[in-house]
Amino acid sequence: MVGFTLRSGGYEVIEAFDGADALKRLAAPVHMVLTDLNMPNMDGIQLIQAIRALPQYRYLPIVMLTTESHEGRKQAGKAAGATGWIVKPFRPEQLLGVVKKVLG
Amino acid sequence: MKDNHREAYIEEASELLCELEAALLALEKDPGNQDLIGRVFRALHTVKGSGAMFGFDTIASFAHALETAFDNIRAGHVRITAELIGITLDARDHIQELLRAPDGTNGELKRVSEQILNRLRRAAPIPANAPPQPCVEPAPPATSSSRQETRTYRIRFDPQPGIFLNGTNPILLLQELAQLGDCSLIAHMDRIPRLSEFQPDQCYTHWDAVLTTPADENAIRDVFIFVEDRARIAVQQIADGAAPERRRLGEILVDRGELSSESAEKCLQKPLAGQILVEASLVTQDRVDTALLEQHHVDAIRERSVKADAASTLRVPAAKLDALVNVVGELVTVQARLSSYALASNDTEIGFIAEEIERLTEHLRESAMSIRMLPIGDTFSRFRRLVRDLSAELGKEAELVTEGNETELDKTVIEQLRDPLVHLIRNALDHGIETPQHRAALGKPPAGKVRLSARHSGAFVVIEVGDDGAGMNRDAIRARAVERGIIPRDAVLGDQEIFALTLAPGFSTAPEVTAVSGRGVGMDVVQRGLDALRGTLKIASTPGQGTAITLKIPLTLAIIEGLLVDVGDRSFVLPLANISGCMEMESGRQAEGRNSLMEVRGALVPYLRLRERFAIPGEPPPIQQVIVAETSQGKHAFVVDRILGNLHAVIKKLGQLYRHVEEVSGATILGDGTIALVLDVDKLARRVLR
Repeated sequence: MVGFTLRSGGYEVIEAFDGADALKRLAAPVHMVLTDLNMPNMDGIQLIQAIRALPQYRYLPIVMLTTESHEGRKQAGKAAGATGWIVKPFRPEQLLGVVKKVLG
Repeated sequence: MKDNHREAYIEEASELLCELEAALLALEKDPGNQDLIGRVFRALHTVKGSGAMFGFDTIASFAHALETAFDNIRAGHVRITAELIGITLDARDHIQELLRAPDGTNGELKRVSEQILNRLRRAAPIPANAPPQPCVEPAPPATSSSRQETRTYRIRFDPQPGIFLNGTNPILLLQELAQLGDCSLIAHMDRIPRLSEFQPDQCYTHWDAVLTTPADENAIRDVFIFVEDRARIAVQQIADGAAPERRRLGEILVDRGELSSESAEKCLQKPLAGQILVEASLVTQDRVDTALLEQHHVDAIRERSVKADAASTLRVPAAKLDALVNVVGELVTVQARLSSYALASNDTEIGFIAEEIERLTEHLRESAMSIRMLPIGDTFSRFRRLVRDLSAELGKEAELVTEGNETELDKTVIEQLRDPLVHLIRNALDHGIETPQHRAALGKPPAGKVRLSARHSGAFVVIEVGDDGAGMNRDAIRARAVERGIIPRDAVLGDQEIFALTLAPGFSTAPEVTAVSGRGVGMDVVQRGLDALRGTLKIASTPGQGTAITLKIPLTLAIIEGLLVDVGDRSFVLPLANISGCMEMESGRQAEGRNSLMEVRGALVPYLRLRERFAIPGEPPPIQQVIVAETSQGKHAFVVDRILGNLHAVIKKLGQLYRHVEEVSGATILGDGTIALVLDVDKLARRVLR
């Protein structure tokens, strides 16, 4: 759903199945990262920390998908360097709104 | 004098008839709407009243009968019916006829008047209990309820120095804020350290904004939702409504908490409070600037609101405007001469004067051009009637949806656009939208949609005519083009090329000729209309989903921005809007000949030597310049000797003798008094391909 919405909004999307996979795919230049917080192998917070440690992605917009009930996880994500967040469930236009907010 | 008044009446009445038509069409959809009934009544009332005043007695008495009917409808004595709306629309058309023959002596017109009035009497009988002379003054139009309520806020966005480190770009947030309404913004840079202490990844700036918006405080806070704990954000409402109260600088500063009221009291007795406060070190210049910004913002909003209330518009004959633009054009030319003289003379005094004149001329040019700009919405709404009548004639159901009504473009351009748009809408209804039965069978809603939209894109306006009908039939177009010998049987064509075939004169795939279209005049008329406007056309179509035709038209025709080039001793101007780049070409590296190709950023592009095309004698310089332009035929390159620079070219028509020279769209007078031809790159490109 996320990939479809972004593509229909005119963005090119690279999909990854977990944090470790995402980190590998960052070799190709990207303009923004959208990550879930709960993932196997490397979770969202670890991924954000790993990305922020890469010199070329220090200022990259990173948006995390959170849920209403996990306020603590959201704080951890923010501390790790997330730019913004979207609370699940969300509508396609909300997603595009957030992307526009951080990406211009 | 009397004729002047009559003319003014005819013009006013034409506008009222448009308004009447719009109101009637809206009423047809929403028959119970009292506001709309009121609009119809007021339009009729004014047509009648002014008609009687200026001696259009036939119109006055005719409109009176209609007005009476609508007064009864308004009072609830008569129910509005589709028939009644149809009669009133016919009556509206009849009034337009009457305007052309105002003496009313024409027997045919009288007969039509009688006929319409008879139908009206049957459809809306005057009830017995209705007052005999219902000539009451119309109710004042509803005003404030329709206008959106706005509020003015002051907002401070003070990010922590490390805000960049989580990927936030404060500029994007400020842009988002500015999109909420009228926004004045000031950046405070007093915390920026000396270069030796400057850290590029730290944010040293904070911003103050004054925003007038229909949005509420939550919407403003939402802009900054991701940075709430990385920035100080203060939002404060300072005024309600469209005309906020104007306040003095000192009051604003005290209110903003920058200054104590006691200190303000001491200083504010004197003029130029800001300066005194700064001198007394009570506040910094920066803070005073912010307060001044707020004051100016409020002033601007007030001024606009006052203007809207007074609705101060002025009716000016178009010829006077054209004369003004012409004079401005001459002025631009003379100013260019002055500037080039000043540059050559080495006299600083005259240099200053020339610069000042240049600035003023630029300003004057922009103002004069903006007077000619009209919103396209009026033209769009005229098509509502066209869509209604045509779809009825064709046995189809269709609705016109318009977007970007407020988009402004040059009056002459709007006028010349009307015919092409009529053709495109006809095509959409006739070829595009299917019959209601057919649509229902396809699972589409029975009523089709014709979409008209306009938007600005740089120096262009993009107009799109779209429908949700059947789409274009590639195979049919191809087969027809082969049959007519336009393309060879084995031609390999892309979608765009196939669709472009429909632009050929006399091309039609409609199986039969209908009253509306299919006679093969249509798309070529559109193409010709666009050529005259120096516009381009693009067709997109998906089978079963519809067709969209996109027109791209320059904002104005009178003055263009151009690139001045030299070939030998001749000068030419190429419209800057078409140009995508310039490069150099060493002579001898490219093969001579007409259909040569050259490489531009990895693609092969056909090029034309202007020296050859215009048979200019002499040898080209060792390094020639190449101008790459976007044309309706794709990218094309033009080879010239030298590129001299940008200029505002006032386009003058060439005389009758040159009317067959297609590639030249006009001429312009340069600063030194010589003449340069303005080239039409589309036509040049077509010649290259031929």
